[in-house]
Amino acid sequence: MLETILIPIGVVGGLGLLYGLGLAIASKKFHVEIDARVEQVLSVLPGANCGACGKAGCAGYAEAIVSGGSAINLCAPGGANAVALIAGIMGQTATVGERKVAYYHCASGGTNTTKFKYEYQGISTCKAAVNVSQGPNLCTYGCVGLNDCFVACKFDAITIDENNQRIIDEDKCTACGACVKACPRHLIELIPVSKIVRIKCSSHDFGAVPKQVCGAGHPCIGCGICAKNCPVDAITMVDQLAVIDYTKCINCGICATKCPTKAIEDALAGMRKKAEIIEEKCIGCTICAKNCPAGAITGNLKEVHHIDKDKCVGCEICVKKCPKDAIVMK
Amino acid sequence: MELFGQIMIMAVGAIFINNFVFAKILGICPYLGVSKKLDSALGMGLAVTFVMTMASAFTWLIQTYLLVPFGIEYLQTIAFILTIASLVQFVEMVIQKNAPALYKSLGVFLPLISTNCAVLGVAILNLTADNGLSYNFGFSILNGLFSGIGFTVALILMAGIREKLEYAELPDSMKGMPIALIIAGSMALAFLGFSGLKF
Repeated sequence: MLETILIPIGVVGGLGLLYGLGLAIASKKFHVEIDARVEQVLSVLPGANCGACGKAGCAGYAEAIVSGGSAINLCAPGGANAVALIAGIMGQTATVGERKVAYYHCASGGTNTTKFKYEYQGISTCKAAVNVSQGPNLCTYGCVGLNDCFVACKFDAITIDENNQRIIDEDKCTACGACVKACPRHLIELIPVSKIVRIKCSSHDFGAVPKQVCGAGHPCIGCGICAKNCPVDAITMVDQLAVIDYTKCINCGICATKCPTKAIEDALAGMRKKAEIIEEKCIGCTICAKNCPAGAITGNLKEVHHIDKDKCVGCEICVKKCPKDAIVMK
Repeated sequence: MELFGQIMIMAVGAIFINNFVFAKILGICPYLGVSKKLDSALGMGLAVTFVMTMASAFTWLIQTYLLVPFGIEYLQTIAFILTIASLVQFVEMVIQKNAPALYKSLGVFLPLISTNCAVLGVAILNLTADNGLSYNFGFSILNGLFSGIGFTVALILMAGIREKLEYAELPDSMKGMPIALIIAGSMALAFLGFSGLKF
């Protein structure tokens, strides 16, 4: 009687014990050293798995930092905070690149800012819509208005107003680039947040065509006036579309004032201060005059210089260049 | 030659006629869960095949030398589950140590296999063989191998169809699991045709 209970207990218990011991020995023998820093780095990453770093996900990036020597400032959603924390774990100094934000190079896309050539009824994504005779909107470069970018954004940084117009909240935008990839018309670009002069059109059409098809009324017509007037040659015409090189742009906003169709956005328009020289401090070194992109500063060597306020564009380059801090913005 | 014939009969039987997924309806969880991509389906299939083969060997030994001599066959299920779970753990450790690349590509599938009923199924069915073949040690291992291959075939076929299906226009209500279940049913019906091959 006792045997019918004891034997099964013995056999199964013995098996369990055997396996347990076997696994314990195996875990010692086959122990794999895992770098504890991978876990630590992973814990400070945001966990969005957005892929902005170029790795498959946050775990892949953490691994790449610790073992692959990958740069630690590639995480866009984590921002400066994550870089500082990772730097602490890895014993490196934090170098933060300037924060970028997504920007639509198109002012169209809303219900009363878009001209349609037909009514699209199909799968409700931009990707599908642009395949039907080049999209439902008249402008073949402009926003289709079906919100692939809105769906792609994981950080609620894109909102849609009552006019069905998409608006990017620059405070929430982490520059992960999900919307950039999602847009089939490639309208979205990541732009340094400090650069406030932006072209709100992606049309490669020339002359009258973009004026006729643009529902927003501010298309780039490819005239090239902005490129000619840019004091630092930051604007180039690429297939009849003005493109700003943000490594050169000085935020002066001259292009925005010259653009005949008002296709260039300038958040600081009319708010810029003018440079002024404090005469007691000026030693006449001519550095400011040499660096002024607008040619607004005149004066001879070792004499006090003067700034022509009508020519000054408020770029503040002279303020940064003056060795004696003799120039202020007023 | 007779032996080779027997092995071939077993192979066709395990892969097509008594396919674990389509005919025995075992291992449905990974069949539906890991069949979205061909790569992962292949990885999962190979891992299951490996574990099935190993489990067939170990469970046969346990049944023959432990359970039957002591007359406690009713403990088969619990003893086998214990064996399979430990085996999977052990295999995971060995692979992690000796083949990190394989370990990474198998990923979460390895631990998942320990709860795969198809593995327990093949272990138990090996010992209650009813298709006319007397399963000795060698045949048990082979049956585990062929059953695993059958499982892999099912997984790969399903993954191939579901990858294509991603691009199909479906009504919203049918997207994802509903259409996958319908396909699984159709494939099971198609595999039913193999039952005419019975020797």
